[in-house]
Amino acid sequence: MARTTEAAGRLGWQLASFALFFGAWELAGRWPLSAAFPAFSSTFLALMEMLRDGSLGKAYWLTLQPLAIGIVLCGLAGIGFGIGMGLSRTVEWLTLPVFVILQAAPMAAIIPLITYVYGIGLTSKVLAVTLLAAPVIVMNSYKGIRNTHPSLLQMCRSFQGTRRQEVVKIILPHAAALIFTGLRLGLAMGFIGIVIAELLITPTGIGDLITYHSSVADYPKMFATIASIVAVAAISLHLLQRLEQRLFP
Amino acid sequence: MIVEVKGIGKTYDNGVEALRDVNLAFPQGKLTSLLGPSGCGKTTLLKIIAGLIPRNAGEVLVKGKVVDGPGPERAFVFQDFALLPWADVLRNVAFGLELRGIERKEREEVARRYIAEVGLEGFEHRHPAQLSGGMRQRVGLARALTVNAEIILMDEPFSSVDEQTRRKFQEDLLDLLRHHQKTVIFVTHSIEEAAYLSDQIALLSPRPGKVSRIVHPNVDRGKNPDEIRRDRNYLDTVDEIWGMLRQYV
Repeated sequence: MARTTEAAGRLGWQLASFALFFGAWELAGRWPLSAAFPAFSSTFLALMEMLRDGSLGKAYWLTLQPLAIGIVLCGLAGIGFGIGMGLSRTVEWLTLPVFVILQAAPMAAIIPLITYVYGIGLTSKVLAVTLLAAPVIVMNSYKGIRNTHPSLLQMCRSFQGTRRQEVVKIILPHAAALIFTGLRLGLAMGFIGIVIAELLITPTGIGDLITYHSSVADYPKMFATIASIVAVAAISLHLLQRLEQRLFP
Repeated sequence: MIVEVKGIGKTYDNGVEALRDVNLAFPQGKLTSLLGPSGCGKTTLLKIIAGLIPRNAGEVLVKGKVVDGPGPERAFVFQDFALLPWADVLRNVAFGLELRGIERKEREEVARRYIAEVGLEGFEHRHPAQLSGGMRQRVGLARALTVNAEIILMDEPFSSVDEQTRRKFQEDLLDLLRHHQKTVIFVTHSIEEAAYLSDQIALLSPRPGKVSRIVHPNVDRGKNPDEIRRDRNYLDTVDEIWGMLRQYV
């Protein structure tokens, strides 16, 4: 009983905070803050219209495809590289510098380069997602493996466990939580990568909707698109975080 | 003499000489403590006997044979418990047998027996995070007992256990080890603990660690725990050891 009232109270505060935010947005739009700043109500109507005429759906279809492909590729290869680097000094020596540099590099500067090599198709977009998402996925897997508690490894050896048992029964389960965190952060980077790619190189999908509506001065639709991609990213990352807390308490 | 160490020397990679020319013999069925101030290399010596870290000089003999790594006749109890955080008590206790490829049904049966012996019946499906420090170390002890090793090596097993729990645990430990006729090598920095538990105490001097004295407490084990703590020989042993150790602190 106490728990339900508490949960209801929390939900109440959350709703109030949303109401406050959207209310302020509405006021700022009507004031008006700037000719290019639409009120919340007109943005919301524009969003509904874009949902109805299918332009938003089509754009998401184009945007989420390369994002999904890129994240799956990173998930497979990135976790593979990370685990390899964690388990073998040779692989670590060969690949660690690459990922350290990638992680530090300002990616927005590199993305236009991709266009020269791969044009403006799906490949470029997938590559942009991969470049941004891979470092954090690889580094997290690597750290997860490397940070295995040394006394757990000694424990395994003291019971004459083999190297294989050590990897399968101790190192991998130990790293699982950090690997999953890496995937979630990788997806966050992937959202950045895909939008940058669509704004900078390939005028399709969500990036194209933003650029197009801005160029014809249809600001409600432009804001609706931006708000929707922010919401999609925030909600999917939040759900992944919930899943993570469920899986690795 | 079930375990003998001859001329053990150990220098770490950073140049610190932890042990120099350590000679000791451990009688079968007895509890021997390695006692000394921190940094005297007592844990290093224990881990060399366990075969968990390599030595630079000397040899370790178990039942007359030189050993170079862990073996089935020795089981280790870790200072930080070294339990798998993602596994319940039952799997943790059975883990030594799991590594040896014993079938699940059989190993869980053995594990349940020892869980009951260390007084954790009813906690089989709890995870380590849900247990107190004392209970976690009981899990570590049960795990060491399941593999039926003759020699139990314990590295400061009570150092993360609170004082009240520690006394009870020490008493239970004495009963359990006598009952199973184990040979125990026990690392501690507590003089009272060493005098209370041990048949033989090896005092180590620090940097580099050497055996400075061997003390036989001669405490009558037939008495109950409270009588032992008031026993003349017990109190004399504590004083005698303190007299020898105070020069190092």
